[in-house]
Amino acid sequence: MEINKILEKLPYSKQFLFVDSLSNIDENGVTGSFHFCEDLEFYKGHFKQFPVTPGVILTECCAQIGLVCLGIFLLSEEPDSNLDNLTVAFSGSEMEFYLPVYPGETVFVHSEKDYFRFNKLKCKVKMYNTSKELVCKGELAGMIKNSANGR
Amino acid sequence: MKEEKYYQQLKGIVKPYLPEDISVDDISPDSHFINELNINSANLVDIVLDVEDAFEITLENDDMDEMQTVNDAMAIINKKRSSKEQ
Repeated sequence: MEINKILEKLPYSKQFLFVDSLSNIDENGVTGSFHFCEDLEFYKGHFKQFPVTPGVILTECCAQIGLVCLGIFLLSEEPDSNLDNLTVAFSGSEMEFYLPVYPGETVFVHSEKDYFRFNKLKCKVKMYNTSKELVCKGELAGMIKNSANGR
Repeated sequence: MKEEKYYQQLKGIVKPYLPEDISVDDISPDSHFINELNINSANLVDIVLDVEDAFEITLENDDMDEMQTVNDAMAIINKKRSSKEQ
């Protein structure tokens, strides 16, 4: 599946879309990036007078690139794949954070597939800043399926 | 009995995925994994992967669809084990 088609299938929109582009995707993993615009809503409150990207948002960014984009690709590779009624659910995360990400920074996420079985995708993810420093890393898992298939 | 041994083994696999309010003693052959044991679909996949490792078998998507109760899991394990041992 082509990268632009994958991005079109993402079930998010601005204010909660944390994927700008993917540079590489295959059955083993994905690499993508996101630019944190200064006008994002959560910077007004996290923190008062000191905007820093919340760790949960960094985790979400890792999950959107590392699980959802990769999951869409993997589903599209299956025989008779149908992605018209995509359903995703985040099921688990274990993250560690090393550096802050400030408004206006761009981050790069690398995700490596651990397994994709019975619609559950588990990955090891790492996020880097533009200086190639490790921002956070961890393991993420989620369910992704086309809901027309039933369960 | 081999089946009893498999059943105890399966209970041991399920145990770490049970929510706090459900104990391993609540598991019966008729227990429905999702509706009665409150195991979510993501953890059910983990149980299947652990079952595959423990019993050295491979489950297909159809097996996963059929595996609703502990009994269903036992039937799949017994079927796969016996075809492997023949």
